Amino acid sequence: MIEQLRRDCIRHLSPDGTLTETGKEIWNRLDRDRKKNFFQWMTLVRHFDRRMILLQRQGRIGTYAPLEGQEAAQVGSALALQRKDWIFPSYREHGVAMIAGMPLSQILLYWMGRVEGCKAPEGVRIFPPSVPIATQIPHAVGAAWGFKLKKEDGVAVAYFGDGATSEGDFHEACNFAGVFQVPVILFCQNNGYAISVPFSRQSASKTVAEKAKSYDFPGIRVDGNDVLAVYDVMLQAIERARARKGPTLIEAVTYRKGPHTTADDATRYRPQAEVNEWVHQKDPLLRYTRLLKNEGLLTGKEEKEWEQTCKEKLDLAIIEAEKFPPAPPEHLFAHVYGNLPSNERKQRQELVQKRDRV
Amino acid sequence: MKEITMVQAICDGLRLALESDSRVLILGEDVGKNGGVFRATDGLWEKFGDERVIDTPLAESGIVGTSIGLTVNGFRPIAEVQFMGFIYPAVEQIVSHAARLRTRTQGAYPASLVVRIPYGGGIRAPELHCDSTESLFVHVPGLKVVTPSTPREAKGLLLAAVQDPDPVLFLEPMQLYRSIKEEVPEGWFEIPIGQARKVLDGEDITLISWGTMVPVAEKAAREWEKKGVFCDLIDLRSLSPLDEETIIASAKKTGRVVIVHEAPRTLGLGAELTALINEHAFLYLEAPVARVTGYDVPVPMFALEDDFRPDVQRVSESIRQVVSF
Repeated sequence: MIEQLRRDCIRHLSPDGTLTETGKEIWNRLDRDRKKNFFQWMTLVRHFDRRMILLQRQGRIGTYAPLEGQEAAQVGSALALQRKDWIFPSYREHGVAMIAGMPLSQILLYWMGRVEGCKAPEGVRIFPPSVPIATQIPHAVGAAWGFKLKKEDGVAVAYFGDGATSEGDFHEACNFAGVFQVPVILFCQNNGYAISVPFSRQSASKTVAEKAKSYDFPGIRVDGNDVLAVYDVMLQAIERARARKGPTLIEAVTYRKGPHTTADDATRYRPQAEVNEWVHQKDPLLRYTRLLKNEGLLTGKEEKEWEQTCKEKLDLAIIEAEKFPPAPPEHLFAHVYGNLPSNERKQRQELVQKRDRV
Repeated sequence: MKEITMVQAICDGLRLALESDSRVLILGEDVGKNGGVFRATDGLWEKFGDERVIDTPLAESGIVGTSIGLTVNGFRPIAEVQFMGFIYPAVEQIVSHAARLRTRTQGAYPASLVVRIPYGGGIRAPELHCDSTESLFVHVPGLKVVTPSTPREAKGLLLAAVQDPDPVLFLEPMQLYRSIKEEVPEGWFEIPIGQARKVLDGEDITLISWGTMVPVAEKAAREWEKKGVFCDLIDLRSLSPLDEETIIASAKKTGRVVIVHEAPRTLGLGAELTALINEHAFLYLEAPVARVTGYDVPVPMFALEDDFRPDVQRVSESIRQVVSF
């Protein structure tokens, strides 16, 4: 299935919470824990996102890039990865980051303007969010290339948006990936807009997935709000990569319910009817919750309990991040070079003296 | 010791780096089968194979970007960008990522890679093959920028760059690739990054230069030597970090300074050196610091190249003005 070019979207779970025939097969292969996992992570990610917006409004974090609406794309794809795999995210991949093992408090720190929030704990293979668009995609290809050269079976994943596909680095990275047949997955969350500009203005191609054809690897289009479909497609792409069959481009069709960042007003450029449709009819969490309830795997009480757990996790993370000791000014110089050159040592000294005079 | 050219010395250094460390890879356009457009990687593909000496697609951002990814996964890439005039597609990867990755990951991933870039004019190369935009990169914290001016220097600096924990841009003066032969030690040796080289010792005037302009400055100095004016000629070698100590000590000693660089004058590295000398040796100066540089015009096509680049006559005239100030 993954080998063919498709313009239609793979979907196994309908918005009303019913499974297709293939969906049922996938469902039956999953164990109970995994089924619950999808729900738990998507809920945590959504609560995190909503809380972050509140924190931004309260002035406790800086400008924030919300992801609500994209939970299934992120959770479904990230849960298919293993600890040995490398992840190169953009700045909206908070869900991916937490599943990769980034502590919530670290993610918070990043949005509090602290560089310490960039650093993943030992053994957690996720790069700091890449802010310049598409520039992380060549990194993922390079890391994947490293796996291939070392004859290890890890894979690397680049996360990016639809706007990134207009950048030269997207093309250069795809091209390298195809030429060197590296175990990389190029995971595009097509949320329809790059800030205000719709995909139709990014590309004359009807889909992102079909761009893969020119690099001679599979491009697959999946309903990014169907966590089961995303997970299954991602598993197939990972299997291909580990089996040395090369790269895969995945286009997860989704929607960001909110603005590009907390500094942006999305009502200026998106029709309300379109927003309503995605918010009320195509919501990824609502859809999956319906399925779990239909299948008797989730009760209203359990749902509430988990929401409470999420709230508590976030409360703790916020306390932890806010009590993280401030960095001394000379931390500016801490990691500029392996060994700080003498001119920078002098500048650091200037800074320290200024502080000590105050 | 054998006498070899700079391009042979670079090739020898690359071979040693590949031999001594299995994490070292060479990647770039035409570096493999063709041995590089200047033959800097001659014979390496045959010796080390397609997985160590890698011909890539023609894409500078891709070359540097994937190199960064390779460092993350345990490799030490030596990337080649064919000419400095073609580096600009890779500037984003160099400036936004390589330079700040160590800071952004708080030391975990330092982007230890080398980007080799032939630069400067003097070989009648086609349009846009002769840029000397070192200042762009010297301005960026987190990067190191070095350039040799002799075969021995080239090998020693290259091996230091390969061992360096930080991203290093290694600028290769194309004009000097084959114009000088020199005895170069055969084994591994390193010239520490951050230390300038005293080419000539003199008491009367300081000349500061690097890369392609070192032989030009040296010729001018030799002319003045005959007239009894002795130049303290400094080859910076390391443009970032600068060897401030050597520069300041020399300026204090002679009180007269001429800076020679090929790049256009405005915000060329000469401006930074002048400021440095003003900050630390102002009261020792007998004359304003002078600059002999390329003009503030686009690097010309080669018909006017000799009018654009500093030559012995211009340097010599500047020395005369500064000495007689």
